[in-house]
Amino acid sequence: MTVLLGKDIPVGAPTADERIGLHSPAGLPSTPAAAATQRPIEGSVHSWDLSTGVDGPGTRFVTFLAGCPLACLYCHNPDTMKMRNGKRTSADDVLAEAAKYTTFIKASGGGATISGGEPLLQPVFAGELFHRMKHELGLHTALDTSGFLGVRATDAMLRDIDLVLLDIKSWDRDTYKKVTARELQPTLDFAHRLADLGKEVHVRFVLVPGLTDAPANIEGVAAFAGSLGNVSRVDVLPFHKLGQSKWEALDMPFTLAETPSPGPEQVDAAKRIFEAHGLTAV
Amino acid sequence: MTATPAEKTVNDEAWDGFKGGLWRDAIDVRDFVQQNYTPYEGDDSFLAGPTERTTAVWNKLLSMFPEEIEKGIYDVDVKTPSRIDAFKPGYIDADKDLIVGLQTDGALKRAIMPNGGWRMVEGALNAYGYEADPEVREIYTHLRKTHNEGVFDAYTPEIRACRSSGIITGLPDAYGRGRIIGDYRRVALYGVDRLIEDKKAVKAQFDAEWPTEDVIRGREETSEQIKALGELKAMAQSYGYDISRPAQTGREAVQWLYFAYLAAVKEQNGAAMSIGRIDNFLDIYLQRDIEAGRITEAEAQEFIDDFVIKLRIVRFLRTPEYNELYSGDPTWVTWSMAGMGEDGRPLVSRTTFRALQTLYNLGPAPEPNLTVFWSQQLPKGFKDFASKVAIDTSALQFESDELMRPKYGDDTAIACCVSAMAVGKQMQFFGARVNVAKALLYAINGGRDEKSGKVVVKGFEPIEGEYLDYETVAKQYDAMLEWLAKTYVHALNVIHYMHDKYAYERIEMALHDREILRTMACGIAGLSVATDSLSALKHAKVKVVRDESGLAVDYLIEGDYPAYGNNDDRVDEIAQNIVSGFMEKIRKYPTYRNALHTQSVLTITSNVVYGKKTGNTPDGRRAGAPFAPGANPMNGRDEHGYIASAMSVAKLNYDDAEDGISLTNTITPDALGRTPEDRIANLSGVLDGFMASDGFHMNVNVLNKATLEDAMEHPENYPQLTIRVSGYAVNFVRLTREQQLDVINRTFHGSL
Repeated sequence: MTVLLGKDIPVGAPTADERIGLHSPAGLPSTPAAAATQRPIEGSVHSWDLSTGVDGPGTRFVTFLAGCPLACLYCHNPDTMKMRNGKRTSADDVLAEAAKYTTFIKASGGGATISGGEPLLQPVFAGELFHRMKHELGLHTALDTSGFLGVRATDAMLRDIDLVLLDIKSWDRDTYKKVTARELQPTLDFAHRLADLGKEVHVRFVLVPGLTDAPANIEGVAAFAGSLGNVSRVDVLPFHKLGQSKWEALDMPFTLAETPSPGPEQVDAAKRIFEAHGLTAV
Repeated sequence: MTATPAEKTVNDEAWDGFKGGLWRDAIDVRDFVQQNYTPYEGDDSFLAGPTERTTAVWNKLLSMFPEEIEKGIYDVDVKTPSRIDAFKPGYIDADKDLIVGLQTDGALKRAIMPNGGWRMVEGALNAYGYEADPEVREIYTHLRKTHNEGVFDAYTPEIRACRSSGIITGLPDAYGRGRIIGDYRRVALYGVDRLIEDKKAVKAQFDAEWPTEDVIRGREETSEQIKALGELKAMAQSYGYDISRPAQTGREAVQWLYFAYLAAVKEQNGAAMSIGRIDNFLDIYLQRDIEAGRITEAEAQEFIDDFVIKLRIVRFLRTPEYNELYSGDPTWVTWSMAGMGEDGRPLVSRTTFRALQTLYNLGPAPEPNLTVFWSQQLPKGFKDFASKVAIDTSALQFESDELMRPKYGDDTAIACCVSAMAVGKQMQFFGARVNVAKALLYAINGGRDEKSGKVVVKGFEPIEGEYLDYETVAKQYDAMLEWLAKTYVHALNVIHYMHDKYAYERIEMALHDREILRTMACGIAGLSVATDSLSALKHAKVKVVRDESGLAVDYLIEGDYPAYGNNDDRVDEIAQNIVSGFMEKIRKYPTYRNALHTQSVLTITSNVVYGKKTGNTPDGRRAGAPFAPGANPMNGRDEHGYIASAMSVAKLNYDDAEDGISLTNTITPDALGRTPEDRIANLSGVLDGFMASDGFHMNVNVLNKATLEDAMEHPENYPQLTIRVSGYAVNFVRLTREQQLDVINRTFHGSL
């Protein structure tokens, strides 16, 4: 799993706010206060997996939470878009699974990543997972997010996160909206907040020919990322269509079926734009 | 032993500058290496590329390979039963060869080695369109008994029935057992004369003992060893080298060592003819020459390159049945390297790097079977280079130094794929493997074979009822495995008695100590199929489909079951119990020469043949479908990536599978990271993590499926494409189509 990021909703699906509403304790401060409640902390989990080198550094235990407020046209995990498609799972169960790999992960220089969907759609649950991954298991932690719901990440949660994988899907506002059906501004606000906290960030940018590849659009993301001071790496991810079959299986229209993947030269050109702003782009 | 004054002079020159004393007085190569090698903790930047000469010699062979692949063999001498000094000198290119010596008088020309069995020789010759020589046939059918004939004289009807039903398969009763590593370094360090003196002293010890059967055998074997050493000297002499004395230079050390190895592969068509742990030994000589200004790095590399060229063209004449079991013409010239010394220094020298560098200088190749003993403590420079080479060539395997060193010490090498042994101090009686998946079907069918319907095992009743009850099946399975273990060890005792008698490995054993540890290396195949079948019985409902004779021929699974390969204890414990339980059973039966019982979970490529011989299984696998190789989970049932899968395998107890537990992973480059640097660091991390979790062995392929598919269609474009299968590497285009498809259909772990 992984590499691609946008996870979203098709036209006609419930609105993001409706789906966000599915999550009852949204916005509550996470752990340890949450842990003190009687009820076991549960969330909607799509799946878990181990991956290497694609969800943050090294080999990582990746928990994919279900549900996303965005509707990215190129989403390669459309099956994680709806929270109701996940399985109610307790944090204990996720931790028990992750605990099987702590020896491996520590020896390999990896960690734990919460991805999705959009983890911040379930901030209490995600916060609980981060807290326990970090403090009970002693793992390096990463949050994979679009930043759209960054406001829901409490400072306490961010203290339990070592690295944020922040998808900035576009700089041009209209393009951002076209790609995600959402506004860019919350992501930028979140990025500034992470910069103020000095939190390490890897920016991710999906290069989609004819959609996000305008030089001015890339330049905008690059200039912004370069100005933050806490971005240690930029992943320029070439668009691919490996997720197309999932769209078809869900009976949802995949509008980028005719869009080609960018060639290596296009990817290199995009990387150079980031590098011109003093960033390490791969 | 005291050296004569003349020997002293020769040794003074050969051993000039070498430290330490123990190894001077007794045959002790480990001590020599420990006292004299220079650990190297740097990176690969010092390495040299191929010389024009190297490239020219390799290209000459490359141009011969297509004909060899097309015909099956390039050439064979049908008239000359091979022994150490049977052939005139042969060269790839007499003017260009730096390290000389071939198995016969021509490159890629194979020899017949009929001591193992005449039928195999004749069968192989006929398969490739050659006629056997009548005189040689007469000798080996009427005058000289062979290993194969001896074995069948002593097999019981029950063993024969097991052999033909396929529940015990691949036994070395029709081919050389191999898996014996001579300490070929001894020839370079001491010269042959000193080794002969040493063996004469051993003979004198035997002479002084009362002639029990063991003592008489000891005398005869030692005498054979002494003769073999004499033939080795004569063979080297025919190439113009006097190896009665120790090697004096780096080039001589390589040449002397190679002559010793060459003698072994001239005489024994062993399934695995591994070369041991040699790079740090050779490095001592090369380093001495470099420091004295006698050779450059380029020359040191060139010696290793030329040596490796020779190791790449070791060839044996084998039957089509053999090739079906072990596909791709493997010889298992396994070269073990790295790991950590008992004193905490890494067993890595510049020559360890040079050995890996051959995969760039000559391009990828399956042989020698480069095997890295992995430890988290290895220096980063070496880890990174080894990971880089694995990613670029798919030609390396990795085994846990941390699991082996406490058991065998730090002068340990792998024979074949995953069998560890202390060099010169230990050998094994190779035992192939039994089919524990088929044994489960025998348990269900009360000893009747699910394919033929014949009763193979007497004394069992079929399990009845519409649905299979887990407890009932598990109990009968346990009893069936008990029977299997007994029959299996019985067969192996017969085989190894006869192998010692009729096809004794004279030169390899001449390069061992008098007192050695022998292991009886049993093995199992079909672990994941048996495990998942029992999991289905335990966690789902399994309905039996029987034919009109009452034979269970198919199984319908109702519900889901947890499958092996997902790091799920509910099923992984079943696998652990099969391995440890079968080992416990094997240990009950006394062995030939009091060998220590061990077992492996390894199939090599025989997972395809085993699958072919096994009917439908209760895990849902169809009749004839290949098993997963080695200890691998079944294809597609590992749903959480290769690491979760590897963790299931890592739970198998190495103490109960000391002959090795094999895991093969095929990973797409993307699944290791986005940049070459990331992939290198991440593969090192994966190996660190796996070994830290008590994993034993990992074959690593880093490939895209599309590459393999294209290679099937256009083999001419991929002459050197190498891929690791269970425990060894093969040239992909030399696999049978069936094997190629098996490899392609195996789980590719990608990043999606």
